[in-house]
Amino acid sequence: MIFHPLGKYILLLKAAFRRPEKWNIYRKEIVNEMVSIGVGSLGIIAIISLFLGAVTTVQTAFQLVSDFIPKSVIGMILRDSSILELSPTISSIVLAGKVGSSISSQIGTMRVTEQIDALEIMGINSPGYLILPKIIAAVTMVPLLVIISIGLTIFGGYIAGTASGALTAQEFTDGITSDFNSFTLTVSMVKAVAFAFLITTISAYQGFYTSGGALEVGQSSTKAVVISCIAILFSDYVIAQLML
Amino acid sequence: MIEVKNIHKTFGNNHVLQGISAEFYEGKCNLIIGGSGSGKTTLLKCMVGLHQPEEGSVIYDGRDFTRMNFQSRIEIRTEIGMLFQGSALFDSMSVEDNIMFPLNMFTNQSRKEKLERANFCLERVNLSGKNKLFPAELSGGMKKRVGIARAIAMNPKYLFVDEPNSGLDPKTALVIDELIQELTVEYGSTTVVVTHDMNSVMGIGENIIFLHEGKKWWEGSKEHIAETDNKELNDFVFASKFMQALKK
Repeated sequence: MIFHPLGKYILLLKAAFRRPEKWNIYRKEIVNEMVSIGVGSLGIIAIISLFLGAVTTVQTAFQLVSDFIPKSVIGMILRDSSILELSPTISSIVLAGKVGSSISSQIGTMRVTEQIDALEIMGINSPGYLILPKIIAAVTMVPLLVIISIGLTIFGGYIAGTASGALTAQEFTDGITSDFNSFTLTVSMVKAVAFAFLITTISAYQGFYTSGGALEVGQSSTKAVVISCIAILFSDYVIAQLML
Repeated sequence: MIEVKNIHKTFGNNHVLQGISAEFYEGKCNLIIGGSGSGKTTLLKCMVGLHQPEEGSVIYDGRDFTRMNFQSRIEIRTEIGMLFQGSALFDSMSVEDNIMFPLNMFTNQSRKEKLERANFCLERVNLSGKNKLFPAELSGGMKKRVGIARAIAMNPKYLFVDEPNSGLDPKTALVIDELIQELTVEYGSTTVVVTHDMNSVMGIGENIIFLHEGKKWWEGSKEHIAETDNKELNDFVFASKFMQALKK
């Protein structure tokens, strides 16, 4: 049951990675997609990151009620959980909702209004023209968004931690700077690239094979988000298992 | 000239095209007519490669399109212009960018040359000055005309038109029909029009193929269509009270 769609997905990717007709047209599309995926998602990523950091700090402080554990550990926990899990995974799940549904409904609408057929008739490799710029833009911009998210999560934690009196600014700074393992950042970036690839390709696949009308476009969009989220969580586990 | 030979196409258990063979002539408006579900659009899509027939071949001036590799197909497709039923204009692009799109992809012309060509095409379909509008700002008839302008941007050898008059008022439909006929003569293109509009049939039908239940039922010209004793064709042509009154 899974093999038929998986085969179609792989064939679509193969077509998407075919040599572009004209690189300068694709470059323009890549820049447009970078703006749409990257700049367009900056606001929502900033908001969720600040709150994630704040909530993580307050809840960690609540659970660490012991004189034997220095309060700087809160900063350390926030830093590592932000780099390893919160920023790449939660940001990507949010992006699956925002970017994934947008990609799926855009390509799905193009399919049902025969715009993809029009591309094909002109002799244009439609998977390449429609999907490749989105993949390149996402695997470039999502890691950048994740880096911004890490910074803002820690900042949100700092604000919440110091404002609530859970720990002092000095304790927080000590926590986030002690015992830092830079490999966690590598893991985070690998996750970001993998999740970006999954979000764009799964959503594009759902949109590309939409048939029918407005109802089916909506269904494809929903399926794109659901399947992307599952794929993100599954690959999150696989990457963690392989790299840590 | 385009030849289709013994085309078979099936969707699930539905045998939509059952061995259709026909010839479509250069410099003529070739019409594919028939009732809903007769296989007109499926035949058109098989001809342009949007559907792959299970059997049979489509030959463009001696070149077998159905057995070509991807690259050779692209070469033929750059010689094809197509107007879709819903116009299929790219929503995110202005009228001008829609027309310039195939030129951007397949030519090395300067922006000025492409713009000149786009303006020429727009002028040809009587839409001068509408360059910067977006598809959402156009009426149905204007969309069709922009679709035609985009289809002729690359000087097509083969022009395909799917239901050009659907959703248009009779006067606009007539304008579109006349435009298709003029362009066919002007470019000497092999034009294939799928329609069930009898005004189009009587107006531009130089070579007409009537499909019924996935088979070619009749072939001829507009001059002969009214005189035929083919029952299915008569039922189709004289379905409306207006045409029945005209016959009497």
